[in-house]
Amino acid sequence: MIKRIVDFFGDDEYQQQRRRLFYVVLVLIVAADFLVPREHAEFPWDRLPGWPAAYGFGSCVLLIFVSKFLGHRGLMRREDYYD
Amino acid sequence: MIDFVHPALIFIVGALAIPFLGGPVRKAYLVTIPVLAILAVLAIEPGSYGEARFIGQGLLLAKVDKLSIVFATVFTIMALIGMVYALHLSSAGQHVAAFVYVGCALGVVFAGDYLTLYLFWEGMAFASAYLVFAERGRPAIRAGFRYLMVHIAGGLALLGGIVLHASATGSLLFGPIEGEIGSGAYLILVAFLLNAAVPPLNAWLTDAYPEATVTGAVFMSAFTTKTAVYVLARAFPGTELLVWLGTAMALYGVIYAVLENDCRRLLAYHIVSQVGYMVAGIGIGTEMAVNGSTSHAFAHILYKALLFMGAGAVIYVTGRRKLTELGGLYRTMPLTVALYMVGAFAISAFPFFSGFVTKSMVVAAAGEDHRALVALALTMASSGTFLHTGLKLPYYMFFGTDRKLEAREPPGNMLVAMGMAAALCIAIGLFPGPLYALLPHPVDFEPYTGAHITESLGILMFTALGFVVFLKALDPENTISIDTDWFYRKGARWFMWFAERPVARYEKAVSGVSETAVLPFLHGSARAGLRLDLHGVDGVVNGVARSILEGGGVLRRLQTGVVTHYVLAMIAGLIAAIVVFAVVWR
Repeated sequence: MIKRIVDFFGDDEYQQQRRRLFYVVLVLIVAADFLVPREHAEFPWDRLPGWPAAYGFGSCVLLIFVSKFLGHRGLMRREDYYD
Repeated sequence: MIDFVHPALIFIVGALAIPFLGGPVRKAYLVTIPVLAILAVLAIEPGSYGEARFIGQGLLLAKVDKLSIVFATVFTIMALIGMVYALHLSSAGQHVAAFVYVGCALGVVFAGDYLTLYLFWEGMAFASAYLVFAERGRPAIRAGFRYLMVHIAGGLALLGGIVLHASATGSLLFGPIEGEIGSGAYLILVAFLLNAAVPPLNAWLTDAYPEATVTGAVFMSAFTTKTAVYVLARAFPGTELLVWLGTAMALYGVIYAVLENDCRRLLAYHIVSQVGYMVAGIGIGTEMAVNGSTSHAFAHILYKALLFMGAGAVIYVTGRRKLTELGGLYRTMPLTVALYMVGAFAISAFPFFSGFVTKSMVVAAAGEDHRALVALALTMASSGTFLHTGLKLPYYMFFGTDRKLEAREPPGNMLVAMGMAAALCIAIGLFPGPLYALLPHPVDFEPYTGAHITESLGILMFTALGFVVFLKALDPENTISIDTDWFYRKGARWFMWFAERPVARYEKAVSGVSETAVLPFLHGSARAGLRLDLHGVDGVVNGVARSILEGGGVLRRLQTGVVTHYVLAMIAGLIAAIVVFAVVWR
C-alpha cells in the first residue's frame, strides 16, 4: 500500500493525474476558505477569504528569491572555501 | 528520597555497564534503561529533592514542577527512540556518550540551583562532542573541536554569569530572574542563547550536527537546543528581546535552508528556525505563549528526530549526503520516504499532525498579544518550513533526477525507531489532549476550528504551488554558505598568521638583543651558580630527576594521540565527578 502511494508521487506515468489532483485540491481549499465561518478575527486580513493562499504563495516566492539573491551576493562559496 | 529516583542518575549510572555487555544482552539493556527512565518520570511528584549546602549556599539537586516534567517526559521518550535507532552499532562508545548526554540534559531540566545546572550543562557539551568525534574523518574531528570550543566559551560565560548573579542576589537557586537584568543575568542569558542557537550564536549547530555520526545527530537534534529552551522558559519568560530574536531566527534558518546542499545541514537550519518559535513564545511570556513554546518543543523533538533519522537512513544506505548527488531513491526506499514525510507534515503543521496543534499556539499567542508583525513573520517561516523539509529535501533526495543509486531500506531497528516517532507525531496531532494536560498552564486553545484548518492548508498548499512553479530556481548548488562561524574559522587562520609572521619576527629580534647584551652577564652568573650547584644541590636533583624520568615514561605510554580516547577519558571523569557529586549531596 505504502509503496503504491509513494510510487504515485514518483512515477512519470501518473504525472497527469498528479497535476490534476493538485489543482483540484487548490481550488477546494480556496472555496472552503470562502465558506468557513469566522467569528473571531485578530487582524483585518484574517477576515479576507483567500488571504492564506495569497500569503502562502507570496511568502514562498519571496523566500526563494530573497535567499538566492543573498546567496549569490556572497553567502554561497565554493565547497573548499575553508580548506 | 525513596519516592524519588533522579532520571539523570538512571542514564549516567546506567552508562557505566554498557562496555561490559555484549550481543543481545546489551541491546536489551540499552532499551531497558530508557524505559525505566520513562517510568521514573511518570512516577515523579512535584517537589524539591536533594537539598544541600555548599560554600555557604543552598543547593537543590532536583526541583520538580510541571515545566520540568514536560521536558523530562519527551527527553526520556526520545532517548528510547534514539537508542532503538542506534541498536545496530557494535561499539559501545557512542552508546555511553548518548546515555551521559541524555542524563546531563535531564540533570539540567531538574536542576534547582545554578551549580548543579552548570555541571550538567558542561557534561552535555562534552558527551555530545563525542558523537561528532566518533564519525572520525578529518572534517568531523575539526567540526568537533569547533563545537567543543564554542560550548566551552558558552560554559565560561555561564559560570561567570552565575558567580556575578549569585554575588548580586545572594542566592544560587535557579528560577525566574526578577526585575532589572544585571550584568550577571546578561551573561547567563548569552550562554542560554548560545545553546539555543540564536543568531549570531547559531553557527556551532549547523557546523557540527551534519558532521556527527548518523545515529549521534539524532540525539543531538533533540537535546541541546531544547534544554536551552527549557532554561530560557524557566529564567527569562516575558523578556521582550527574546520575541525579536526568536522571530528573526525563525526566518534566518529558513533563508539559509534555501541555499543548503547538505541534507542534514538543511535540517539543522530548520532546528534554528523552529527553535525561533519557542524563543519568541517565551519572550511573549503569556500563559498561552509559554504553553505554546513548551508543547512545540515536545512535538519538535519527535518530528525533528524523525527527519534526522530519515536523512540518516539515506546517508547510511548510500553514503551520500549532498542533494546534488541524491535522487530517485523512492523506488528502493518507500518506507523511509513515507516515514520521513510524516515528519515533514508534522514540522510543516499540516492538520492532524503534531506541529498543527503546537506551532499554532505560539502564533495564536502572538496574535492575542497584538503583535501583527511577529504573527506574520512566523506564518511566513512556516511556509518556508514546508518549502524545504516537505518539498525541496524529499524532492531532491527521494524523487527528482534518478541517479541510479544502489539502495535498500535501512536496518529494521532504524525503521522501527522511525515508526515510533511517526506514530507519536500523528497521535499528538489527532489527540492533543494528553499533551495539553502536561503543559505548565491550563490550556484554553482549540486548534481544530474550520478557519484554522483552511488557513493552514491554504498557506501550505499554495507554498507547494510556488515550489512547482519555481522549481528550477530551487535546484541545489554545489556550494557551502558563510554563516557566523566565518569569524572564528577565518579569524583563527589570521590569528595563526599573525602568530607566525609578525610575532615570530619580533621574538627573533628580541632574542638577537639578548644574545649580544644579556648573554655574557648570564654566562658569568651561571658559572657562579655551577660552583654552588656541584657542591650542594646535585645529589637531591639527580634523585628527583630520575623519578620524573620514570614517571614520564609511564605517562608517555598513556598518551595515544587518538582524540576519541581523550574524549572518552573526559567522559569517564565526568561520570566519576557526577557520581561523587550525587553520593556526597544525597
